[in-house]
Amino acid sequence: MTTLFTSDHEWLRIEGDVATIGVTDYAQSQLGDVVFVELPKVGRSLKKAEAAAVVESVKAASDVYAPISGVVTEVNGALATEPALVNSDAAGKAWFFKLKIADKSELDGLMDEAAYKAHTA
Amino acid sequence: MLARDDQSPQQSRLKRTPLHALHVARGGKMVPFAGYDMPVQYPTGVLREHLHTRAGAGLFDVSHMGQIELRAKSGRVEDAALALERLVPQDILAVAPGRQRYAQFTNDAGGILDDLMVANFGSHLFLVANAACKTEDEAHLRAHLSEACEIEPLADRALIALQGPKAESVLGKLCTNVSAMRFMDAGPHRVNDIDCFVSRSGYTGEDGFEISVPAQHAESLAAALLADGDVLPIGLGARDSLRLEAGLCLYGHDIDTSTTPVEGALEWSIQKSRRTGGARAGGFAGAQKILAQFATGAPRRRVGLKPEGRAPVREGTPIFATETSAERIGTVTSGGFGPSLNAPVAMGYLPPPHTTIGGRVFAELRGQRLPLQIAPMPFVPNNYKR
Repeated sequence: MTTLFTSDHEWLRIEGDVATIGVTDYAQSQLGDVVFVELPKVGRSLKKAEAAAVVESVKAASDVYAPISGVVTEVNGALATEPALVNSDAAGKAWFFKLKIADKSELDGLMDEAAYKAHTA
Repeated sequence: MLARDDQSPQQSRLKRTPLHALHVARGGKMVPFAGYDMPVQYPTGVLREHLHTRAGAGLFDVSHMGQIELRAKSGRVEDAALALERLVPQDILAVAPGRQRYAQFTNDAGGILDDLMVANFGSHLFLVANAACKTEDEAHLRAHLSEACEIEPLADRALIALQGPKAESVLGKLCTNVSAMRFMDAGPHRVNDIDCFVSRSGYTGEDGFEISVPAQHAESLAAALLADGDVLPIGLGARDSLRLEAGLCLYGHDIDTSTTPVEGALEWSIQKSRRTGGARAGGFAGAQKILAQFATGAPRRRVGLKPEGRAPVREGTPIFATETSAERIGTVTSGGFGPSLNAPVAMGYLPPPHTTIGGRVFAELRGQRLPLQIAPMPFVPNNYKR
């Protein structure tokens, strides 16, 4: 299992040909109190960089972009009833959606944890 | 991730209020607002800052707002009141000494140039106007009232708002006679052994006070108030969600030069004496249009909107009559999440007959039509000490 990061503050956990995607703890600290999350529909085919989800704090809405291309296989229904999970456990329970990876070569441009830490330092 | 509707950062030199260092020391997240470097939130976060203000007391730095003294050259405050009545549709003559009233500067088309508070300090009037409009307001006053009045902006004063159910007990420790004040009382008071102007008013829907203090004493007064365990500093983020739940307009968003006071659902702020048939009917900028709208109704009106579901519906979102209708009938002018309601909340403009309380319209959000209910305002009951 590998965890990768984007410069837009998303994380991807890669298991076989499935990527689980969420936003980083740094992202949630910048967003503030999350009050609403809109997730993509299961079965939707996402292109890399396409707006896939929306996360809203009291004061602003932010897009979450698909970090790679793929088909949505599962979404985290818990975020609909408890959006504050994004603040309390961004890297764990607050995963957003899972993608069946369309093209593994798209992973090459992503950061590992050390590179992401340097990016947000 | 990319912020969808955050304000774009300004590189130009931002002004600082006398409390700037305190905001930074308290960990305030500073953003540009109306030309000032202001705290949008503290480490507490918008949600808790909002809820704390409704439960305890919140301290807001509103020093960026304009404070202006208006003195009649005759020396009679009544003459300043009558002069100001040429620029606002309110009855200013009836504002008794020690009282304050909400008003709007109107233009010849009936649009709103700014909204403001007008207090009668006995010898003169004291005005508090929006930061983004204060320079234009001063020019407007000079252009129209210079013959009758001296217009003096008070640049060397800070303005601190203390809001919430515990505001009275907190301020009472630093000022002896606050409990005798009622909503919209205003005048000079000694606070923390400093000569201040205090009004019992605010922008949250809660009981509270606004304290005008000389700039050199602002930091010590703020520190004295914040030393109280019931008080937290509150940023602009919670200020916005609090006023939205209270159904209060944000100038430049919910009202502006394209909206009249009648369209803005502010008729309550225009006294009978200035309306058709009143003792001093008309005689203010835009009177023809505004008084005609009193008689016949306005083509559109500001209403409260409660989105069904959890998705916040934000400023600029188009509104439609039905789930499928093609014609846009209105726009959301303020919208977000109401922490006290634990639900999204918004306001916007709609034409009759869609303005009826309980009616349903649809917002188009990310390609979907979401139902909105027309709701009475305030969304959260006011807690004023009348």
